[in-house]
Amino acid sequence: MKVLMVGWELPPLNSGGLGEACYGLAKALSKKGVSIDFVLPYNFNIDVDFMKVHYANDRTRPDKIMGPYLTYTKWMKAVKEGRASVFDYLSQVLEYAENIRNIATKVQADLVHMHDWLTFPAGLTAQEIIGKPLVAHVHATEFDRTAGMGINEAIYEIEKEGFKKSDRIIPVGGIVRKTITERYGINSNKIKVVYNGVENPDKPSIDPSLTNLKKLGYKIVLFLGRITLQKGPDYFVRAAKIVSQYCPKAVFVVTGSGDMQAQMICEATDLGVIDKFIFTGFLRGVEKNSIYQAADVYVMPSVSEPFGITALEAIKNRTPVVISKQSGVSEVLQSALKVDYWDVEELANKILAVLKYKSLPKDLKSGGVKELMNLTWDKSADDVLGVYQQLI
Amino acid sequence: MPSICLYFQVHQPLRVKKYRIFDIGKDHNYFNDQSFSNLNNKNILEKVANKAYLPANELLLSMLKKNKDFKISFSFSGIFLEQLKEFNPRLLKSFRDLVKTGKVEILSETYYHSLSFFYSLAEFESQVELHRKIIWDLFGKKPAVFRNTELAYNNDLAYWANQNGYKAILAEGWDTVLGWRSPNFVYEPNIGQVKNGKKKIKLLLKNYKLSDDIAFRFSEKRWKEWPLTAEKFASWINQINGSGEVVNLFMDYETFGEHQWKEHGIFDFLKALPDKLLENKDNNFVTPSETVEKYPARDIVDVPYIVTWADSERDLSAWTGNNIQKSALKNIYLLEKRVKEVNNKKILEDWRRLQTSDHFYYMCTKWFSDGDVHKYFNPYESPYDAFISYMNVLNDFKIRLTELNKRKPGVVRKSIN
Repeated sequence: MKVLMVGWELPPLNSGGLGEACYGLAKALSKKGVSIDFVLPYNFNIDVDFMKVHYANDRTRPDKIMGPYLTYTKWMKAVKEGRASVFDYLSQVLEYAENIRNIATKVQADLVHMHDWLTFPAGLTAQEIIGKPLVAHVHATEFDRTAGMGINEAIYEIEKEGFKKSDRIIPVGGIVRKTITERYGINSNKIKVVYNGVENPDKPSIDPSLTNLKKLGYKIVLFLGRITLQKGPDYFVRAAKIVSQYCPKAVFVVTGSGDMQAQMICEATDLGVIDKFIFTGFLRGVEKNSIYQAADVYVMPSVSEPFGITALEAIKNRTPVVISKQSGVSEVLQSALKVDYWDVEELANKILAVLKYKSLPKDLKSGGVKELMNLTWDKSADDVLGVYQQLI
Repeated sequence: MPSICLYFQVHQPLRVKKYRIFDIGKDHNYFNDQSFSNLNNKNILEKVANKAYLPANELLLSMLKKNKDFKISFSFSGIFLEQLKEFNPRLLKSFRDLVKTGKVEILSETYYHSLSFFYSLAEFESQVELHRKIIWDLFGKKPAVFRNTELAYNNDLAYWANQNGYKAILAEGWDTVLGWRSPNFVYEPNIGQVKNGKKKIKLLLKNYKLSDDIAFRFSEKRWKEWPLTAEKFASWINQINGSGEVVNLFMDYETFGEHQWKEHGIFDFLKALPDKLLENKDNNFVTPSETVEKYPARDIVDVPYIVTWADSERDLSAWTGNNIQKSALKNIYLLEKRVKEVNNKKILEDWRRLQTSDHFYYMCTKWFSDGDVHKYFNPYESPYDAFISYMNVLNDFKIRLTELNKRKPGVVRKSIN
């Protein structure tokens, strides 16, 4: 089976989960004998051996390539500040659709598989040329990226067009599935949810960080993700206020960066808990794993979270998780404490319970690790293969 | 032959309400959920009463009156009867009417439906005594047959029951206990030599296959025997003829109307069953006491470890399988000495209410790894939520204990974590 996969980014040059997910899925599919031609908009100089990577434009990756999480509002702001060109926002996406023609005419494929709106124009072009079935993978919709606050009509139309023309749509969770049917008017018959996975459930063997702090008896409560509205950093700060009242030795570590960082610092200051906060900035690789391992509990209070791979990363590092019920991962993960993101008291109650009752993190960890065995990319690839097989 | 021995377990726990860390020290009412959730004990009792208990009682009463050979037995938890007194006197009256027919035997158990036998013998004995008292007060009966919470049984329990004068004790007829033997005979527990030549207690073992055909599989459309009719069931009993003396059908009373629905025909099945069974003149109905008088023990059954009627493991793992359950159980029983020292009625009652086995069952996570999330009914959103509320309550309880201890001069306090 040959698949033309249309992507936007791949690690290590990724800005978040989209690149990781494409990589994990493509690798697992290729292990199952699927031959993949993976297209990227620019030359990322990617070195992988399990699939053939094509660059729609062979010039090297421009510095100002749009990240998959950029919203129209943020881009406008960047344009005004001179950080982005007025032509970038949609032009890169449309340019990709032009540039992919060359590849599509040369490559043989049984189907075309595209990932999120950034790749939809390119995916549709490739599909027209190849004339084979089309699959749209949905890691997030415009409603998720903006948390419903001011969607961009042009992007909405691109998404809708992509959904309509696809033979199958693969959202990463039930919440995205619901958005696709309700907000885009797509029939649920052609939608099949496939959850993301982790590549390897084994605990990364590294030295955890913040050991001195822990030796002094401090408890570490971790927030890790982009500091944006979608991730609920404000709820985290308010929960931190309550937690620190009941557990004075709690320290709140924030890993990541984003447009709400200043607001987060202000709020923590107003609530009088800023001295309990540590901001590490964006971390990846070993450093990210070691911060997970240092944490006593990982908190993901997302307002909107199509999947939420960080919850599985935390468990992989043997850290118990408190996650928002409004996340895709909460649909598949049992060994987790779940809250409505807006219920700050309950969020605090559950964080405190993990810190207070020792048997609770113990069971959450061991149960979570057992569940990870069934939440691998290998399993996701089986589900995606099932979708492919319905089409060819 | 064979005789049919029907026993129904009737129990509703007092579920702990959603109790947050912030409630500790402020709210001492643990069981008074007023919401529309499944933690509202009063609502649940009413719902199950209307759907199951009341229609089943009405049906059984007419059957007992009409059919002179029909007999049944019940075991009520004290905590259930206590809730009837408070919330549903009408249901209590209907149970009393059943008992008044003289064809209903009541069994002995722990008042609080607890697993206390395995944690504190003194506490267990107090709870059995409390249960005997409420049964006497409400029904004017003195039970002669013992059954433990969740049918949890071992040799030690049989030894205790024998020492305390019981004629019989009930247990699961599990294959690993029986080996090649059939559950359809009366047995003798392995309790060694008995002092003073006291008559040895007998053991009645549940025929789990036939019991579960009704209790679990009745509405299961994928089951090859579906639909189960009284006629078909009677034919299975008739097949036993000659290779067994008594068939023990033990099940939760909620089978009738709650677990198996009226719409699926469970009441019609129950109504038709006695006549179908009695069509064969060799069959008859017996209560547990009558069973042990009528049939001799055919062999000795040795149960050195705990056997229950739950799950495919038939052990206590649904209550004590994970760390949160173990820690909750350990913490509640650790308090025994302090609770008994303060000698406060409300404290003692709350402590005992927190021992009901259901609290620990709701914390069970063992089905997570097989992905079978819906296997157990759970009024909490997750087993962890059950644990968190329970532990928060326990911390409030400890504060109350400490306060009372302070007021009592001469009592040495020990800190408990």
